[in-house]
Amino acid sequence: MDKLRSIITYALLIIFGLTMVVPFIWMLSTSLMTQSEFNKQDTLFIPKEEFHVWNHGDDSQRILVVMDKGETSIVHTLDKDLNIIDEYKEVPTSEIELLRKKPSLHWDNYVKAFTKVPFGLYFANTLYVSFASLIGVLITSMLAAYAFGRMEFKGRDFLFYLFLSMMMVPQPIYMISSYILLDKLNWLDTYNALIVPWLANIFTIFLFRQHFKSLPKELFDAASIDGCSTFGMLWRIIMPLSKPIIATASIFSLITSWNSFMWPLVMVNRPELRVLQVGLSYFNQEASTQTTLLMAASTFSILPVLLLFFFAQKQIIASTAKAGMKD
Amino acid sequence: MKPKWKISPYLYILPALIILVAFRLLPIVMSFVISFYDWSISGTGRFIGLENYVTMFRDPIFWQSMMNTFWLVIIQVPATIVLSLLFAVLLNRIKYVKSFFRIIYFMPYVTSLVAVSIVWKLIFNEQTGLANTFLGYVGISPQKWLAEASGIFYLMFNSIGIELPKFMHGPSQALFAIIILTVWKSLGYNTIIYLAGLQNISKVYYEAAEIDGASKSKQFWHVTVPLISPTTFYVLIMTTIVSFQTFAQVYLMTDKGGPRNTTKLVVYYIYEKGFDMLEMGYASAVALALFILILALTVFQKRVEKHVNY
Repeated sequence: MDKLRSIITYALLIIFGLTMVVPFIWMLSTSLMTQSEFNKQDTLFIPKEEFHVWNHGDDSQRILVVMDKGETSIVHTLDKDLNIIDEYKEVPTSEIELLRKKPSLHWDNYVKAFTKVPFGLYFANTLYVSFASLIGVLITSMLAAYAFGRMEFKGRDFLFYLFLSMMMVPQPIYMISSYILLDKLNWLDTYNALIVPWLANIFTIFLFRQHFKSLPKELFDAASIDGCSTFGMLWRIIMPLSKPIIATASIFSLITSWNSFMWPLVMVNRPELRVLQVGLSYFNQEASTQTTLLMAASTFSILPVLLLFFFAQKQIIASTAKAGMKD
Repeated sequence: MKPKWKISPYLYILPALIILVAFRLLPIVMSFVISFYDWSISGTGRFIGLENYVTMFRDPIFWQSMMNTFWLVIIQVPATIVLSLLFAVLLNRIKYVKSFFRIIYFMPYVTSLVAVSIVWKLIFNEQTGLANTFLGYVGISPQKWLAEASGIFYLMFNSIGIELPKFMHGPSQALFAIIILTVWKSLGYNTIIYLAGLQNISKVYYEAAEIDGASKSKQFWHVTVPLISPTTFYVLIMTTIVSFQTFAQVYLMTDKGGPRNTTKLVVYYIYEKGFDMLEMGYASAVALALFILILALTVFQKRVEKHVNY
């Protein structure tokens, strides 16, 4: 009975797991097909190319079938580079053979997609914006969380709840007014619009504050006796004890800025300033019929985040699990 | 020398405070003010009082976008809760390769909405998509998915010969396709949260239930479900807030919220009014209406939570 139960459990988990990964597998396999393979639809997951050859005598020549007339067929004969040698040649159908190449992976789709629009530039922009805001977020959050977590001052709780309530307001609510504000600052279509508003992150402040509060008071008392300044304590005591939480916050910050879409879509119009997600969305409009290139672009655009996720999945999953636990 | 406690705390908060006041608080307040203005792209607006709100209440597309959003939330949120709890319960039972499954389930959550929307748009393609291929395996005729404006309940019941009254037609099949993708993307995240919640339930309760002779399904309904309810409320509130904000899927997968506006969700409508038609005052009014709705729902859910918490 218990064995049956565990078999059913695993079976269900595998089915659900497949539902989760099949879209990714399909994306990857489509990205490695030629467009005609994809359109033909008989190769669902494994890219393989089909072609006809004409076997006559000892010779086997690659051909393109134009029309099948029953007994005979009209074909173009091709050379090695698939250029047409003889047009509309009539050959016996019995001498034509359909061959399937072993899985052929068209990695050149990636090169084509990457060079068709300046994805290299989009990657560079995204990296620049993500890391610039990350550095800002870490600095502002450390400082603010230090004050909120370890200092007593008037208005502390008020300010903290003000921050928390601002966090609850969804981004689309203030999108229009932010646009007007950035327009007044003449920051539209600049990196400033993508970076400066995101130099502080309430969630990170909250995360750091929880951690700073949990550090033992004795450490600070001892440092104070040794003549360590307030800022010195942040630098010499808190920082070294906060490496794991800084790493976690950085990973989340990077993933969020890498994936952010609506904000850069609205705030930036100049193609040179496009970030990856916006570039990909324009590519989706321009290359909507070139499925294989689109899938290649989707694949390489999620690759950095997926690598970061696989690399740091323990921390990511552990701190997500914590998010649901209220204290 | 004693540190100057008086000013220095404020200095530490200052950098974050400046950014958050300038780019959060100010825009939030401005959004409220602008909703009373006739504000086109640049230059200053003209004060028109409540006119934007009056227009909004008479705007059929606004109501349709609200209705579409309502369908999305009302289907997506329960589906997410049920499925992620199911995943978590199953995951909680097994000993081996647990972390492998966790990684697999979490993957869609970290990947960008833009990329997965593009992939799912092709999955739902009528001729070449994976969705119709799989439907074909189980003997269901190909569907139009993102191009289908008819209601999903109407299509289901119509195929078995039952004609539903108009108000029961449900969201369009196109919107339903978007719901499927959105549930798929958020499942892993909520599964992890549920899993943590399940691991927090003390074994004592199950042992006691076992002694009383409760079957496994009884244990689930009378031990797990009540004791997991704080997590359920967390998932409920977060998923509701997030699903009200759905935008990228509509932008990338549909033709401006089509077919026949059936996938035009309210955040997409805000975008369209504000940045396509440049009616920024009006768009702000819609944004504010959405905000009040989200706020009211969150407060309501918190109230309910207080009543049923164990």
